[in-house]
Amino acid sequence: MKKKQPKRAEQEQSSTRSFWSGTITFGLVSIPVDLFPATRNSHLALRILDHKGRPLKRRYFSEKTGRALDDNDLMKGYEVRKDRFIEVSDAELERLQPEKTRDINLERFVDESSIPPLFFNHPYFLAPSSSSTKSYRLLAEVMNKTGQAGVATFVMRGKAYLVVIFSEGGVLRASTLRFSEEVRSPKEVGLPKRIEPDAVTVRRFETAIEAKSRKTLTRKFLVDEQSHQLESYARKKFSRRKDTVRSKAAPEKPAEVIDIMSILKKSLEQNRRAA
Amino acid sequence: MSARSIWKGTLHVGSSKLPIKLFSAVQDQAVHFHVLEKSNKSRIKQQMVNPDSGDTVPKENIRKGYEVRKGTFVLLDESEIRMVEPKPSREVEALEFVPQKAIDAQLFERPYYLGPDGDARAYFAMVDALSRKRKHGVVHWTMRKKSYVGAVSVYEGYLAVNVLRPAEEVLSARDLVPTSGRDLTQNERRMAEQLISVLRGEFRPEDFKDDYRDRVKTFIKAKARGRKPRLAQVKTKRPTGSLMDQLSKSLKVMKKADEKKAA
Repeated sequence: MKKKQPKRAEQEQSSTRSFWSGTITFGLVSIPVDLFPATRNSHLALRILDHKGRPLKRRYFSEKTGRALDDNDLMKGYEVRKDRFIEVSDAELERLQPEKTRDINLERFVDESSIPPLFFNHPYFLAPSSSSTKSYRLLAEVMNKTGQAGVATFVMRGKAYLVVIFSEGGVLRASTLRFSEEVRSPKEVGLPKRIEPDAVTVRRFETAIEAKSRKTLTRKFLVDEQSHQLESYARKKFSRRKDTVRSKAAPEKPAEVIDIMSILKKSLEQNRRAA
Repeated sequence: MSARSIWKGTLHVGSSKLPIKLFSAVQDQAVHFHVLEKSNKSRIKQQMVNPDSGDTVPKENIRKGYEVRKGTFVLLDESEIRMVEPKPSREVEALEFVPQKAIDAQLFERPYYLGPDGDARAYFAMVDALSRKRKHGVVHWTMRKKSYVGAVSVYEGYLAVNVLRPAEEVLSARDLVPTSGRDLTQNERRMAEQLISVLRGEFRPEDFKDDYRDRVKTFIKAKARGRKPRLAQVKTKRPTGSLMDQLSKSLKVMKKADEKKAA
């Protein structure tokens, strides 16, 4: 969803802390929260280096003059027609937000399992950001008990999101969802009309499904095999010190590699002491 | 308008084979912005630089490396990276079938439709079997030099598959200790439950609209015509009072809204 736009240094910075700070509301109850992405890049991700093994950094340059650009040399623009751009500032985008979308206002509660997989986009965690965690705990506990999840629309960084909030073991999780117009219908895709299948074939598939049924998902299926193979190949090379380079200057880690989990743990714990 | 399939293969379920086509199930609606050079509103490019000197590194000196230990890298060239590419295959292998709740929603990545390639009768037999068993199929396939694991489900009478994220890329709530504090009172719990039950409903995605996108588009159009649209000032008001006050006020407001609706 953000892929087309090159990452800005400032965005990478802020993801080391929370992604977004805001408020969940349900009724008139408000819960100040920090939003953290629930995904991380695998440690298997390759780094970009020069031939001497120095980890490199991305930098923006002017296409016209070739000059290196800093963050304050940049602007956001919308291409109205080829090579004609209209400047749109973050402040303008913020002021365009409807009042009610500044918060995650849970306007509907639905059965957790009633949301089709096609809608799920990106997972996040929510940590309480105020020293008072009472309303956070109340929502988490009651959602857990009732098996309900709260749905809301809200605006974050110049884009509206449909979001669902879950409770899992006292921790609030969020997932952005696709809006209905972002999910094609089978008709739009052009899938053929249903033909009544014969009962024998249905039965045969059911038997095949039963034969391979398990209660839980086998975790080892969710392994990125290619990256693991590449890792063991690289380690073999390392054991022979082949193509191995040491970078003297401690390379700064890219923001994605920073351990969100430990930040999140701290954030949940700090508030525990304060409460 | 029908979409083009992006891949064709054969789904293997036990000894049965089902020829299928893969279609993207999403369509991008986002307003895309470009990052531009401010002084001349023109395009920029990204290049790799040495962080010490700031010098751009020519393409022929750029390598990829795996960090075996902090600060130590093993360089890998393109032919070595290509070595681990999976062998091309047209097979979609059903690994297992699990209840829907066995698959954490955090794992769901991009969705695709599976459509029949030829024999539609067998395809709809699979649709019926999967929905009667209330199961999701965990499948594996190779597409464009990459292997995928996905969860096959039934959506609006058709087969769909969500790519699943590798487990190590998803943080689990099970590793977190929830925040704690003074106990909640029975009254607070009861009122929060009431509040949730008032707001309870079905998940109907078409009820939630992205009005913001339209606002941004209208704003850009006006600006392109040389106008300066007026924008609202940002102001936020927060409810005051104790959690108990907020809960009881909310219930009162909801009740009133309900009475209005009924009248």
